[in-house]
Amino acid sequence: MMILGKLLLGVIGLALATFIGGFISGLDRKITARMQSRFGPPLAQPFYDVLKLWGKAPMAVNAWLVLCAYLTLMASALSVFLFFAQSDLLLIFFVMTIGAVFQVMGALSVNSPFSHVGAQRELLQMFTYEPLIILVIIGIAMHTGSFSIASIYALDTPLLYSMPFLYVALGIAFTIKLRKSPFDISASHHGHQEIVRGVLTEYTGRQLAMLEVAHWLDVVLLLGLCSLFWSTSAIGLFLLLAVTYFAELFVDNVSARLTWGWMIKRALGPGVALAMVNLLWLYAIK
Amino acid sequence: MINLKEWINKGRLKSPWVVHFDCGSCNGCDIEILACLTPVHDVERFGIINVGNPKHADVLLVSGTVNHRNKIALKNIYDQMAEPKAVIAIGACGLSGGVFHDCYNVVGGVNKVIPVDVYVPGCPPRPEAIIDGVVVALEQIKIKLGLAEAPAVHAVHME
Ligand code: SF4
Repeated sequence: MMILGKLLLGVIGLALATFIGGFISGLDRKITARMQSRFGPPLAQPFYDVLKLWGKAPMAVNAWLVLCAYLTLMASALSVFLFFAQSDLLLIFFVMTIGAVFQVMGALSVNSPFSHVGAQRELLQMFTYEPLIILVIIGIAMHTGSFSIASIYALDTPLLYSMPFLYVALGIAFTIKLRKSPFDISASHHGHQEIVRGVLTEYTGRQLAMLEVAHWLDVVLLLGLCSLFWSTSAIGLFLLLAVTYFAELFVDNVSARLTWGWMIKRALGPGVALAMVNLLWLYAIK
Repeated sequence: MINLKEWINKGRLKSPWVVHFDCGSCNGCDIEILACLTPVHDVERFGIINVGNPKHADVLLVSGTVNHRNKIALKNIYDQMAEPKAVIAIGACGLSGGVFHDCYNVVGGVNKVIPVDVYVPGCPPRPEAIIDGVVVALEQIKIKLGLAEAPAVHAVHME
């Protein structure tokens, strides 16, 4: 019965996450536009984009690209499903990584130099955000004594009180995963044109639609990870997510795109340092 | 229950992504195209995005005259766009060759190389005219999709 309930929770969560992810993306574009004193697109714009892309004539360069798009979407969906089914954090992390890796493999399977440069940079981005997320998960495990999400919901004080620095590290990883400035290095968001679309250059039509949906799901998953830091009250959780996302948008709009070398020096270094300080603190108060 | 096809058609009309190709323009038209993206005109409110990749684009904006060198590139970009797609020729040069029409190297207007759906006249046309051109191109796509009747006039007049 327990397992059935969790499966059901996962399926409902996944369905909701797709819609919420799309609307978050729409809200993102709207708020960004307002920050730039523009009017901005309608809230449902990401859905229009995906529907249109779905209806485009097929133009995939090779079969590998199509397979990779499917696998990326499946991995993202599976990781969100596992999250809502309150599974193991490490498992969720590995499934999420598989999706990112297949996206890169697809981009490397074609001849386009833009796609290749984008893929290499995407690997560097993964190299930067993955250690940070892993350290956050280790911190959670040190605090609760288990990798399972259920054990976090059993806590009676929010994780944020004991892991503030790890939350900042997670914020850095989130910005990189969102591909927002200053980390829109491998592929940029709409309206910006770094190396055409970088890792997304060769994905067209349906494949691009699938990667777009996969991106929504990734955003929801990362927001889910952030939400674990205030698991004790729904209002606190919502406020934390709203403030975090608004901070992401703010950083995106006030900073320029920087290079991958800067990212590794200024994001990975301080991120790991913050995480380590917090881990030592957790170790000391044990 | 609305079926998927109708949803897709709605999406097509609500999210035209444009790619801009400068076919030897004097940059007058290019500046006006980029002006459409600024806060004053903000084409993103119609879902229009300026993409850098013909493979992601629905509408091709061409400014400037076509010459014997860049006609190959123009054709290449057009061929890389997936159906359904539309082409908009911008400015006197894109329409007919404009002031450069009798140069030895000039082929002429964009329609000598690829089929053009909408002509936006002007030297350069105002950003409003260019935005209107995209809206008219959407009407053309509607006709291609069988959602509307063909109108008599295709050109945009704004002045
Ligand atoms: S139409 Fe006028 S402004 Fe446009 S490219 Fe030609 S000469 Fe320049």
